Amino acid sequence: MTSKSYAALAACAALSLLPSAAQAHGFVGDRFFPATILTDDPFVADEMSLPTFTVNPTGPDGSKEIDLDVDISKRLTPDIGITISNQWEHLKPSGMPSATGLGTLNTQLDWQFFKNAPHEATAMVGINSSWAHTGRVQALGADDFTTLSPLIDFGKGFGDLPDSVPWLRPFAVTGNLSVDFPTKTESAGNPNPNNFNYGFAFEYSLPYLQQNVKDIGLGDPFKWMIPLVEMSYSTALNRGQAGQTIGTVQPGVIWAGQYFQIGAEAIIPVTRQAGHGYGGVVQIHFYLDDIFPNSFGRPVFGD
Amino acid sequence: MKRILTLVALLTATMPTARALAHAFLDHAVPAVGSTIPTAPKQVQMFFTQGLEPSFSGATLATPDGQAVATGAAMFDPQNPMEMVLNLPKLAPGHYKLSWHVVSVDTHRTEGSFSFDIQP
Repeated sequence: MTSKSYAALAACAALSLLPSAAQAHGFVGDRFFPATILTDDPFVADEMSLPTFTVNPTGPDGSKEIDLDVDISKRLTPDIGITISNQWEHLKPSGMPSATGLGTLNTQLDWQFFKNAPHEATAMVGINSSWAHTGRVQALGADDFTTLSPLIDFGKGFGDLPDSVPWLRPFAVTGNLSVDFPTKTESAGNPNPNNFNYGFAFEYSLPYLQQNVKDIGLGDPFKWMIPLVEMSYSTALNRGQAGQTIGTVQPGVIWAGQYFQIGAEAIIPVTRQAGHGYGGVVQIHFYLDDIFPNSFGRPVFGD
Repeated sequence: MKRILTLVALLTATMPTARALAHAFLDHAVPAVGSTIPTAPKQVQMFFTQGLEPSFSGATLATPDGQAVATGAAMFDPQNPMEMVLNLPKLAPGHYKLSWHVVSVDTHRTEGSFSFDIQP
């Protein structure tokens, strides 16, 4: 970060000191959507994942990879936010020396354009950019091209179901749809296709059950847990790879705490291109709006 | 896989058991969320996970057809800033939905609702 960037950041923090009532992160009506690990959550927030530690399943070529990710999100206004993320990778190709270094830098600009509190529904559009030559291209396969990916995320809680089906009301689903537009059609002789990406998270909120449906007497830490299953797929659309799909399913649990949440999920590849065996991911995620409620945790403008 | 399960177990074991959310969640209520009680309560007590700002917090009660029940204003105990009390009129047997909204002391707004039944 340059000194100009630090100055801009400090100015933004100073501008946001005026306190007023603000919707807490991830809330739509009675529903709290946690920050999911594999898929994007459908709201803008002041939050930081540090770290996300991933042991990937064995790759289709026999390679093994461990990642350490960090991402930080900041609301510019109550409905518009940005995210910056990067990862440190340790890659061990089969029969070759291992390599470590940074992966591709990603940025994302989002607009949460829809919120319906009674129906616990929300939607967001945005654009994700993965930037060329920001990671180790030759050693780790980081991108030597920029990819722009317009996206739409959505979330829906089922608390508006009738009281006759109380046990279904804690359910919620979030989803992502996006298309990749790489700025180079091939790199080192390999095609860079357009990809259609789609992912979903199916959540069963024990906090919602306890607080809105029926107090079944759950104690700590279980009454703050949200079991979930996430799944993410990416299907190539062209350039000789049409129809090839990389997909993983990740069952796990998120515990939502005072100033942070902890999530852990197994990684199960469900297509041949996603590799074989199992992996796992653990994430610690901080709610910056709760840690810094009167400064950095507020939108820069308009709160 | 065994390593992953071990890691999950370790994380679960180290999660804090005492919890005071920065944003206020409903910890529990009397009558309890989703409960059926034999006699009409004189009040509903709601206990939150964070201190509340009384000026910006309140609750309403409604019948299943959405008709509002005339209640007293929400009350707050200065000795326990995490508690909100709604005094009730004499309620007939039936199904009632309570909706609450609170602003916690760190200015975050949250809301929620729950039902209870009176069945003599």
